[in-house]
Amino acid sequence: MTALADSAVEAAAAEQPAGIRFEDVTVSYHGTTVLDGLTLDVRPGEVMALLGPSGSGKTTALRSVAGFVEPERGRIHLAGRDITELPPHRRGIGMVVQSYALFPHMRVDQNVAFGLQAQRVPRAEIPARVADALGKVGMADYARRHPRELSGGQQQRVAIARALAIRPRVLLLDEPLSALDAQLRTGMLAELARLHRELPELTILYVTHDQIEALTLADRIGVMRDAKLVDCGTAEELYRAPRDEFVARFLGGANLLPVRIVGDGPRAGTLAAALVGPDGVDASAEPLAVTGGGVAAGERALVCVRPHLLRLAGDAGLPGTVVEVQWRGAVHRLTVDVAGHAVTVDAPELKAPPAPGETVRLSVAAEDAVLLGSGRRG
Amino acid sequence: MLVPSRTARRVIHLLFLVAFVPVFALPFAVIVVASFAGAWSGALPSHPTLGNYAAATSGDSLHALLTSLITAVAASLIALTVGTWAALAADAAGRGLRRVLDGAFVLPVAVPSVVVGLGLLVAFSKPPLLLNGTPAIVIAAHTVLVTAFAYQSVRAAATRLDPAFAQAAAGLGATPLRVLLRIRLPLLLPSLTAAAGLCFALSMGELSATMMLYPPSWTPLPIRIFALTDRGSLFSGAALAVLLMAATLAVLLAVGRIRTRADHR
Ligand SMILES: Nc1ncnc2c1ncn2[C@@H]1O[C@H](COP(=O)(O)OP(=O)(O)O)[C@@H](O)[C@H]1O
Ligand SMILES: [Mg+2]
Repeated sequence: MTALADSAVEAAAAEQPAGIRFEDVTVSYHGTTVLDGLTLDVRPGEVMALLGPSGSGKTTALRSVAGFVEPERGRIHLAGRDITELPPHRRGIGMVVQSYALFPHMRVDQNVAFGLQAQRVPRAEIPARVADALGKVGMADYARRHPRELSGGQQQRVAIARALAIRPRVLLLDEPLSALDAQLRTGMLAELARLHRELPELTILYVTHDQIEALTLADRIGVMRDAKLVDCGTAEELYRAPRDEFVARFLGGANLLPVRIVGDGPRAGTLAAALVGPDGVDASAEPLAVTGGGVAAGERALVCVRPHLLRLAGDAGLPGTVVEVQWRGAVHRLTVDVAGHAVTVDAPELKAPPAPGETVRLSVAAEDAVLLGSGRRG
Repeated sequence: MLVPSRTARRVIHLLFLVAFVPVFALPFAVIVVASFAGAWSGALPSHPTLGNYAAATSGDSLHALLTSLITAVAASLIALTVGTWAALAADAAGRGLRRVLDGAFVLPVAVPSVVVGLGLLVAFSKPPLLLNGTPAIVIAAHTVLVTAFAYQSVRAAATRLDPAFAQAAAGLGATPLRVLLRIRLPLLLPSLTAAAGLCFALSMGELSATMMLYPPSWTPLPIRIFALTDRGSLFSGAALAVLLMAATLAVLLAVGRIRTRADHR
């Protein structure tokens, strides 16, 4: 009975925002490590997205917070308290899984009330809180339906209402939009953003393999690959200065150009780099100023340049041959062959776009050409 | 239509009749006819009568029917409880214990029921476990025989049940007991009622183990039918057999209604 009282107390104490801390959390199945030493701080009230391809361990990370998988190593803290050993029903965390897992034998309102009954919320308060939770997701009119009588999008709203009804401090969302069609997904994305504006103290850990979802919702993004967290930062940080090739490619089509460091750059924190062609020789005589450090002269590295940060310059910069020109409304997308590399350039709509075969020169500011893995702290 | 040509369809229907009627339907029909017969010396029965039913619903025969019903209900309920409990335990257990349980609950099916009867007779005929000569030993034998079916039915359903439901419930703060009572058992209800029906039907028809164990005060219906026909009272036996079928069918139908209601929710 004390356990029940405890969990009610924990839920009632939901006013204080709570962060999640992963400390070296490692999970294995049958000897295969599927989550490898995850260390991550999700700040109170923050929306953190875990982004990565399927099978990278995102769901496992989420389930370890909910208490459905037991880490073989490492600790998990919620609001500064070690919850690694706490059984799931005493964690007071809201979770929405990919399949929604709405109880098929209960009506919508009964589904939402279930958590309140389990938390021993006084019986008289339950109807109002159910109505409140369903109202938040716009499902008040469907209270007496059964889950099977709802569309995928409606089921998803109910699942969110059910998770929010217990007023958790932390909400875990596992690919909540993956079962919806593209149009619904966009609408739901906006609603999730609105929900978080209404509940600013709610900490959200959001798992997805879709970078648009992550970029739209998240304050910070953790990128997962092969059971490891490979990068973490704000969308802008990751986009501008990804830690490695995988992150750069995963987050929307960066140009990655192999270079050889030839010396120090014009300013502190910059280096001079020469482009390396596919056949390995330094292809451009004119070195490029890039941001980064820790790479010795003579060593090779990859430099990351986002398509919209490249400019068509008059007579300075990297020479290249235009291969293709696409008009995309607000921008012209050019594919330019630079020393054998196909480089994508998004230029604001050009009055007189170059024709394929023409020679152009591309320039980029030193702070927008970032050596992979060296652009940021640690 | 799987079979396109009309002639081919007719041939298949005919084949079905030829195979089905003699093997499955005819014995039942004969029993029903015999139960209304006063005599059957020629090709067809004669002297139609309701006397067999009058006898079947009075005295020792009525007592046998009640005995069977009580035994079957008791054995089914115990078997369902024990079988469900064990099946859920196996579902949650590690691979080792799961194998042991799966094996243990196959035994009563694999071992001939005569052997089960003999085993109980030997085990329970000495103090302190002196059940021999009491109704309890008959109920115990039936329970042992049908629990395996309850176990297997619930076990299969529990394996198919998506663990996400129980996890979602736990995540919402439900204790394991609440998860069991409000989520898992309701979701397993269709297979629970199916198992209950199966156990009941098996118990109602059980003869071989019962034969070795029953005390004179606790004579289930199959024993009574056997005794009557053994004595040559074929028509009374037939009336009792019809009652046995009817009672079993009635209970199965009632239990089936619970199942459909659970499915429709
Ligand atoms: N219960 C389990 N048993 C065995 N392997 C599992 C289990 N759950 C997940 N895995 C494996 O762990 C890896 C990571 O899974 P998951 O965390 O679901 O990845 P993601 O959510 O990023 O797609 C996958 O290779 C998956 O096959
Ligand atoms: Mg997943």
